[in-house]
Amino acid sequence: MSPIPAIESIYIPTLAWISKVETMTAMEKMFTIELPRGQSLGHKPGQFVEVSLFGIGEAPISISSSPSRSNGKFELCVRKVGDVTTALHNLDEGARIGVRGPFGSGFPVEQFEGRDILFAPGGLGLAPARSVINQVLDQRAKYGRVILLYGAKTPGELLFKDELQTWGKRNDVEFHVTVDRGDKEWIGNVGVITTLFPKITVNPRNTIAITVGPPVMYRFVIMELLGKGIPEDQIWVSLERRMKCGVGKCGHCQIDHFYCCQHGPAFNYAQIKGVMEAI
Amino acid sequence: MSLKIINKEDLLPFVSNMLREYEVLGPVANDTGFKFAALTDAAQVRLDYNTTILPPRKALLPTQETLFTFRTDMPSVTPAFDMRWRVLFGVHTCDLHAMRMLDEVFARGNPDAHYMKRRATTAIVSVECLEACDEHSFCKSMNTLTATSGFDLHLIGLGDFYAVDVGTTAGDALLENHCKSHEATRPELVLLDKTMSAKWAKFPSRLSLEGKDLPALMGISYKSPVWEEIGVRCFGCGACNIVCPTCYCFDVRDEVSLDGKTGERSRIWDSCQLDEFARVGTGENFRKTHAQRLRHRFMRKGKYIAEAYPGQQGCVGCGRCARACLVDITPVGVWNALHKAHAM
Ligand SMILES: Cc1cc2nc3c(=O)[nH]c(=O)nc-3n(C[C@H](O)[C@H](O)[C@H](O)COP(=O)(O)OP(=O)(O)OC[C@H]3O[C@@H](n4cnc5c(N)ncnc54)[C@H](O)[C@@H]3O)c2cc1C
Ligand code: SF4
Ligand code: SF4
Ligand code: FES
Repeated sequence: MSPIPAIESIYIPTLAWISKVETMTAMEKMFTIELPRGQSLGHKPGQFVEVSLFGIGEAPISISSSPSRSNGKFELCVRKVGDVTTALHNLDEGARIGVRGPFGSGFPVEQFEGRDILFAPGGLGLAPARSVINQVLDQRAKYGRVILLYGAKTPGELLFKDELQTWGKRNDVEFHVTVDRGDKEWIGNVGVITTLFPKITVNPRNTIAITVGPPVMYRFVIMELLGKGIPEDQIWVSLERRMKCGVGKCGHCQIDHFYCCQHGPAFNYAQIKGVMEAI
Repeated sequence: MSLKIINKEDLLPFVSNMLREYEVLGPVANDTGFKFAALTDAAQVRLDYNTTILPPRKALLPTQETLFTFRTDMPSVTPAFDMRWRVLFGVHTCDLHAMRMLDEVFARGNPDAHYMKRRATTAIVSVECLEACDEHSFCKSMNTLTATSGFDLHLIGLGDFYAVDVGTTAGDALLENHCKSHEATRPELVLLDKTMSAKWAKFPSRLSLEGKDLPALMGISYKSPVWEEIGVRCFGCGACNIVCPTCYCFDVRDEVSLDGKTGERSRIWDSCQLDEFARVGTGENFRKTHAQRLRHRFMRKGKYIAEAYPGQQGCVGCGRCARACLVDITPVGVWNALHKAHAM
C-alpha cells in the first residue's frame, strides 16, 4: 500500500474528428484528422497514432503528413484489411474517432541534414515515407540530392497520384516509378522496385536511404543499397508489427529485445542486422 | 524496518480483523489443490499450501480488466480504475519477486495508471517457504526462495509463532491495527536465524547453472537445435503463459451493450504461444512456428526482462509452467539442455 499515484491512463484516446475523406485506390482512403481546439499533434516524421473506433477497436496507423505541413491537422492513409480499417472506411467527414499518440521513434531527420536522401518506398510504405519526403522537400535547401524511387503492384495501386506528378516535375528531385505489372495505359517502368536501382548513381558515404514496405521488399532493397556501398547505419526502415498498446506494455510488437512501438518503428539497418525475426 | 512476533493463534483473528475492512485474497483449498481467492471467512486461509495453478498476479492484473467505458451516441470516454483497498495474503516469495518485476514494468517508461493505482491500494503479506513445494520449482537456482523487499509484511513460521518482517509503514500500520504483536526477543531472533539457515539445505538447485548466468547462456542459444526439438512437441496451447506469474502481455478488446450506445474497452491476458500473437494485417506472421514462439518465450524469461529491467528476472522458478505443460516442456529441461550443449 502506498499513496495512490495521480496519473492518467495512457489508454484513453483523445476525441478527434475526420475533417476530410479522399478515396485513393480501391483499397486505400486518405483521412484528414483534426484534434479538439486546433491542437497540434506535434509528431515527428515516421511516428504513428493509435486510431480508435469505439466498439470496434484500435489500429496503429502511420502519420502520413509531414510536421512541416501540420497546421492543426494530420493525415492518415489507410488500407482496408480488417475490422477497424473497414469500419474507418465506412465513416464520413465529420465522424468522431479516438486518437492516441504520436508514438514511436520516427526518423531522425535533423541528423540527415546536409546529406543526399534516397527514398525507396514500396506499396503502402509510401504512406509513412511521405511524412519524411514532404518534410525534406519543405526544407529542400538543407539537404543534398533527393532521389525518390517508388514501386507499386499495378498502376491502379499507386498512392498519392497528384503528389507523384508534382514530385516528378521538380528538377530538384530525381524521381523514378515502377509497377510490377502494367496495364494498357501504363507507359512507365515495369518491374519490381529493385529494377530502378541501375538507373541511379549515388555517393554512398553521403547518402541516407529510407525504405518502407512489406518484409519481402526489405530483403531485396537492402541488398541493393548495401551493393551501392551505403553504410548499414545510413539505411533506414520502418517495421510493421502487431501492436495492441503502442506504449511498450502489451508485448505484441516485440522483436528480440526491441519493442517496435518504442524503439521503432523506424530503425537503421545496423540496429537490426542479425536480429532474428526482424526482417 | 523491524521484526515483530505474533503468536500462531493470533493469525486467524488478524485475518478476520483485516476482512472487516478490506477484501482479503489468500490461498484456499479447492478440488485440485489450492487457489488464490477472495476470503469470506478467515478460517479458509491455508498458509500451508504448496502452490496454486494460477499465480496471484491476477489480483494485480485481472484476466479481464476494463480500461475505460465509452458512449457511442454522444462520444465520451471515462477511465476505469479499481481502487478498492485490499490485502493479498500468503504470497510465496517466488510470486513476490514476480510482482516486483511487474511493478517496475508498469511504472517505467509510460506509467500504467490502471496497474499502479490498483497496486497502491493493495497490501502484500508474503510468507516464507521452509520446504520446496514439489519437484518442479527451482527457486533456489533463481534466487527467489526468500525476499527482503516487495512486501508490506512477511511471515516466517517458527513453530508456535511467526516472525513478521515489517517492510513498509503501511505494513506496520496494518499489523499494529489488526493484530497483537511484540518486538522480537533475542531467543526468538536466534530461532529465526537457525530456521532460515537450516532451510537452504532443504531446497535443491535444479538448474545446472545459476539464474544470473541465464542471459549470457540465452545470448548464445538463438540457433540451438533445442528450439526445434521442443517445437515439434508443443501444441501452442498457451497454458505455460497463463500460469506464469511474470507473464503480462495482453490483448485489447471492445464490447458494446445491446442497444449499441455504451461499451467498454478492456485488456485480457494473452499468450505469445498462440499463432496470431505476432501476425499483422498483411497476413505476415513474424513467429510462425512453435519453435520460434518457444524461443521467444524462453528469451523473455531468461534474457530480455533481466536486461531491460536490471535487478529483475523474467522467470522466478515457480515451476507452474512445468506443471501445466502436457508435453513436458520445462524451463529446467530447456536451460539445462542449452547449458550442456554449450558446456559453459
Ligand atoms: C507502426 C505501424 C504503422 C502502420 N501504418 C499503417 C498505415 O499508415 N496505413 C495502413 O493502412 N496500415 C498501417 N498499419 C497496419 C495496420 O495497423 C493494420 O492493418 C491494422 O491494425 C489492422 O487492423 P484491423 O482491425 O483493420 O484488422 P483486424 O480485423 O484486426 O485483422 C486483420 C488482420 O490484421 C492483423 N492485426 C490485428 N491487429 C493488428 C495490429 N494491431 N497491428 C497489426 N496487425 C494486426 C490480424 O492478425 C489479421 O490478420 C501500420 C501498422 C503499424 C504497426
Ligand atoms: S504449455 Fe507446453 S504445449 Fe502448451 S504452449 Fe506451453 S510449451 Fe507448448
Ligand atoms: S517461466 Fe515457468 S517457472 Fe518461470 S516464472 Fe514462469 S511459470 Fe514460473
Ligand atoms: S504495441 Fe504494445 S508493447 Fe508495443
